[in-house]
Amino acid sequence: MLRRQRAGLKAMGEIVAIAVAPTPTAAAWLARAGVEKHIAPSRLESALARLPVALLEEDAKAIEALGNIGVRTIGELIALPRAGMARRFGQRLSDELDKALGIRPDPRPWYQTPASFSSRIELPTAVDASEQLLFAARRLVLQLCGYLAGRSAGVARFTFELLHEGGEPSHCVVGLVAPAADAEHFMRLSRERLQRIVLPRPVIGMALAAEAIEPLPKLSSSLFPDGVPGGMQSAGEWQKLVEQLRARLGKEAVSGLALCAEHRPEYASLGIEPGTAANPVAQFGARPLWLLAQPLALQEKQGLPHYRGALELIKGPERIESGWWDGGDVKRDYFHARNPDGALLWIYRERQLDGRWQLHGLFA
Amino acid sequence: MLSELLQHPTLDSLLWRGDARPSAMRPGVASGFPELDAELPGGGWPVGSLSEILPATAGIGELRLLMPALAQLTKQGLTIAWIAPPHQPYAPALAAAGIDLARVLIVRCSRTQDALWATEQALRARACGAVLAWLQPLRFSAARRLQLAAQEGSALALLFRPPEAAAEASPAPLRLKIASCVGVPSIDIFKRRGRPAAGPLRLPSLAIRHALDRSPPASPVPRPARQHDHA
Repeated sequence: MLRRQRAGLKAMGEIVAIAVAPTPTAAAWLARAGVEKHIAPSRLESALARLPVALLEEDAKAIEALGNIGVRTIGELIALPRAGMARRFGQRLSDELDKALGIRPDPRPWYQTPASFSSRIELPTAVDASEQLLFAARRLVLQLCGYLAGRSAGVARFTFELLHEGGEPSHCVVGLVAPAADAEHFMRLSRERLQRIVLPRPVIGMALAAEAIEPLPKLSSSLFPDGVPGGMQSAGEWQKLVEQLRARLGKEAVSGLALCAEHRPEYASLGIEPGTAANPVAQFGARPLWLLAQPLALQEKQGLPHYRGALELIKGPERIESGWWDGGDVKRDYFHARNPDGALLWIYRERQLDGRWQLHGLFA
Repeated sequence: MLSELLQHPTLDSLLWRGDARPSAMRPGVASGFPELDAELPGGGWPVGSLSEILPATAGIGELRLLMPALAQLTKQGLTIAWIAPPHQPYAPALAAAGIDLARVLIVRCSRTQDALWATEQALRARACGAVLAWLQPLRFSAARRLQLAAQEGSALALLFRPPEAAAEASPAPLRLKIASCVGVPSIDIFKRRGRPAAGPLRLPSLAIRHALDRSPPASPVPRPARQHDHA
C-alpha cells in the first residue's frame, strides 16, 4: 500500500516523506525529520528519543526555552518530570508528547474533499508543441481521478486551461457522454483534444478544472455477469467509443438515428444523440436504405427518366403531399425504378413545378 | 484407409484440408440467406476478420444483403457503426428491416485518414457488433491495420469498395462482388478461406418483389458457367 501511495503521489508531482508509526503525531514528527521508516509500537519511544525538539508544534520561543535548559531531543524532553514541564511550558506541550507516545487519545477530523476540483501546475520551461503538454496533462488528470475516487464520483466534462506568458489563457474542453472517473480513458480523450489544438503562443502553465461533480452509479451491482453479450458491460464501452470518436472528429460527426412520424421522406429520419432512439410504431411504404442528402435531378429522354441508362418504372406511384403548413411544401409521386445495371432506385416526379424527375434514394 | 483415418473426429479438427471449408474457425453471424451461409466459411458473416463487399453499382442490394445479420446483432444489444457512409442511412427502411435504431451509430468523416482511424477504434471497441465502412482509397498497409484491429475485436468488419478494387490485392480473408443478372442479385465470392467458391451464387430472395415486377420469377435458374476472374 505504501509503495502504491508513494508512486501515486509521485505521478501527481508531489515530493513526499512517508513515515509509519503507531500514533499520528509520532508519524508526523518522523516524516518531518525525514525518517521514512516503519516504527513498531515497542520501538516507538526509542525512535522518537533521537528526534530534535524543533519538530514539535510549538512556537520558536518555547523551543528556545527548551534549548536553554539543555533539552535538545525528544528523549531528553520525555525524561523531564511531567508536572514541572506542564507548569513551565504549558499543558499543550505535555499533551502533544502524550499523544505522540499514545498515552492520550488523538482524535483527528475526517478529511473533507472540496466540492469542485481545480489544480494547476507551472511548466518548467515554456512549451510550444502541444504534444509536450501531455506530460503535464497526465499529472492533472491523475489528481482529478484521485479526487473523484475520494468522492466516489465522476465528471462528464473537464476543462484544461493553458496559461500563456502575457496573454489570455486558452481553454480546451473535454466532454463525455456520461460521468466517468477512469484516468486512462480521460487521458485518451485529452490526448486527442490536446494534439489538435493550435497554440497561439508558448504555454507556461496548465490548469485543470471540473465543476459538475456527479455521483457515479455503483458498478458491479449484479453478482452474475449479464447473460446477453453487450448488455450492461458494453454500455460503458459504447460510451467510451462515442467519446473517443467525438474527441477527434467533433461532436456533430457522431450521431444516432431516429425515426420520425412524418410523411415527407427527408424528415422521417433524424440524426440524434447516439443511443437515445426509441423504436416508434410509424408505418411507411417500402423505403430505400439510402436516402440522398439532396435529391438529384435526372435527365429525361423520350419521356423516361435516365440514371446511367434508361430507368424502368417497376412500382408506383406513391403520392406524398404534405407540409403545406410550414412552407416545406411537398407534392410528389414516388416510383421504384431499375436502371440497366440492376440498381433499384427511389425516384419521384414533382407535381408542382415542371414535373422534373428526381432521384431520392437507393434500395441498396 | 487414409480416408477412414482422415475422418477420425480428433484428426478432423486439427487437419486443414484443401477441399473442405475449415470447420474449426469461429462461427460466423448467420446472414439470413441459407444458400449464402453454406458458401461462407464459418457458416455466416465472419466475426473478427475483415470482409470486403464490392457492389457493381450502388443500390444493387449491398445493404439488403446484410440486414438480417445486422438486425440480429442489434437485438443482442450490439452497436452497428456506419463509418463515412456515402448517403444517409434511412431510418424508416432500417426500422422496417428489424434494426434497433438505438444501436445505430453514424460517423461522418471528411478525410479518409479520419475514417480509417474511426474504423479502427470501432473495430477494437467491444460494444460494436458490426462496423460498416466506406473507405476509398484504401492502401494495402491500411487494410492490413484494419484486419489486425478486426482480429482484436469480435465485430463483423465490412468494407464497401468500388468494383475496380477487385483487381487490387487485399488482406481481407473474404471478398465478394455483387452484380445483378436480369434483376436477380448474384454474389461472387472471389476470395475466401479454404476451397474457392464454384461460381457466382444467385440470391433470388434478395431481390425486392414488386407487384409490377416483370423480372423472371424466383424459380431455380441454372448457375452460369464460371468465368475466369481469378486474379
